[in-house]
Amino acid sequence: MPYRNRIARRAAQEIEAGQNINLGIGIPTLLMDYLPEGQQVFVHSENGIWGMGPRAAAGREDADLIDAGASYATIVPGAAFFDSLTSFAMIRGGRIDLAFLGALQVAENGDLANWIIPGKMTPGIGGGMELAQKSRRVIVLTTHVNKTGEAKILKTCSLPLTARACVSLIITDLAVIEVTGAGLKLKELAEGVGVEEVVAKTAASLQIPEGELPRF
Amino acid sequence: MKISKIFSAVEACRSIQDGARIMVGGFGQPGTPNTLIRQVLEQGAAHLTLVKNDANEPGLGISTLIEAGRVTRLIASHVGLNPLAVALSHQGRLQIDIYPQGILAEKIRAGGAGLGGILTDIGLHLDTSIDAQTVEVDGSRYKIEPALRADVALIRAQRADEMGNLQFTGTAYNFCPAMAMAADLVIVETGEIVPAGGIDPNHIHLPGAFVDRLVRIEEFGPEYGVLKHHALQK
Repeated sequence: MPYRNRIARRAAQEIEAGQNINLGIGIPTLLMDYLPEGQQVFVHSENGIWGMGPRAAAGREDADLIDAGASYATIVPGAAFFDSLTSFAMIRGGRIDLAFLGALQVAENGDLANWIIPGKMTPGIGGGMELAQKSRRVIVLTTHVNKTGEAKILKTCSLPLTARACVSLIITDLAVIEVTGAGLKLKELAEGVGVEEVVAKTAASLQIPEGELPRF
Repeated sequence: MKISKIFSAVEACRSIQDGARIMVGGFGQPGTPNTLIRQVLEQGAAHLTLVKNDANEPGLGISTLIEAGRVTRLIASHVGLNPLAVALSHQGRLQIDIYPQGILAEKIRAGGAGLGGILTDIGLHLDTSIDAQTVEVDGSRYKIEPALRADVALIRAQRADEMGNLQFTGTAYNFCPAMAMAADLVIVETGEIVPAGGIDPNHIHLPGAFVDRLVRIEEFGPEYGVLKHHALQK
């Protein structure tokens, strides 16, 4: 299984019945294929959908129905459409239970940087700052290191922050790591990955529990 | 005397001046008023400040105005799908001011609702807020974000009646209602204009009081259709 799908499959286990969730751009969009069966989960899309369904099948697209990344979307029975004011009232007003976001860097206190590399990558913030700061729970889905092999999980972020101390769980291609009040705690390991590799590729101190860790 | 709000695109956009600040509806293509944007391009107004969630994509929507050198400044939340706009900003040829998406929407709403601004804690403790004016209310600190208004708003609706009452569809709703409240001149393009009473008053998304001019979309070009590069392949 490709690592992106492995991350998405593991992330979906964090969803509880009845929750309103938001899926950021990148790996989080893959969660749509792993949503828990038989449980009502309401996917919010900040461009104005509550109750978004999977991507539209080829030939079945509606030109006026896209997700926040511009892919053609569908809706589930019970969905609602609304304007940007209403959409962000849902976010800032605390109605989004769980947001899955990508990351450039995450710090050991849960600080998140995921929107800008000054002078290099400047797409704008979109809804990311509000989702990171105001969702009731934020889970980061990311590769453990960046394309040049540098650690993304750090003592402190060097890039401009999206929000402070907002991340509660980090799911990567190597491990599941919890952000606790007392630092980062290794919870699970990906199949075929050893503790040493995770420690070597994490630039922050990591609490390692005794005994065998669960695999995902 | 019966006053008609129905204009040709040419008549509707004639009064747009050089240096105007224009709000443009749409999140990506849905809600983007392609016909009105094309008219502004042909009409020739320059040195424009545009307010839009995004910069569309190269060759589409407001990107056509940006590519023609008509835009001095863009106030937006995310321009990641338009590498041309990003490149122009890096070259210093286009000023792009970025706000969090919902804060941009609320600044516009405040402008439309006769308010001076909003109070928000979004990004309050970040470096991006170093210069922000702040205020304490009930023990919590907030940034002051001034209201935003424009000379003109260009938006697209699914359906209008001749009084200017509007209905939107799908994700084409987005910034359109807020922007229609926040501009001195509000021009709406739509594919369907029905007689007064043709839309149930219970099902109107934006009252016609906010709408000055209606333009019928004469031709739905490919920019109104499904963009193949965003669709799944068969």
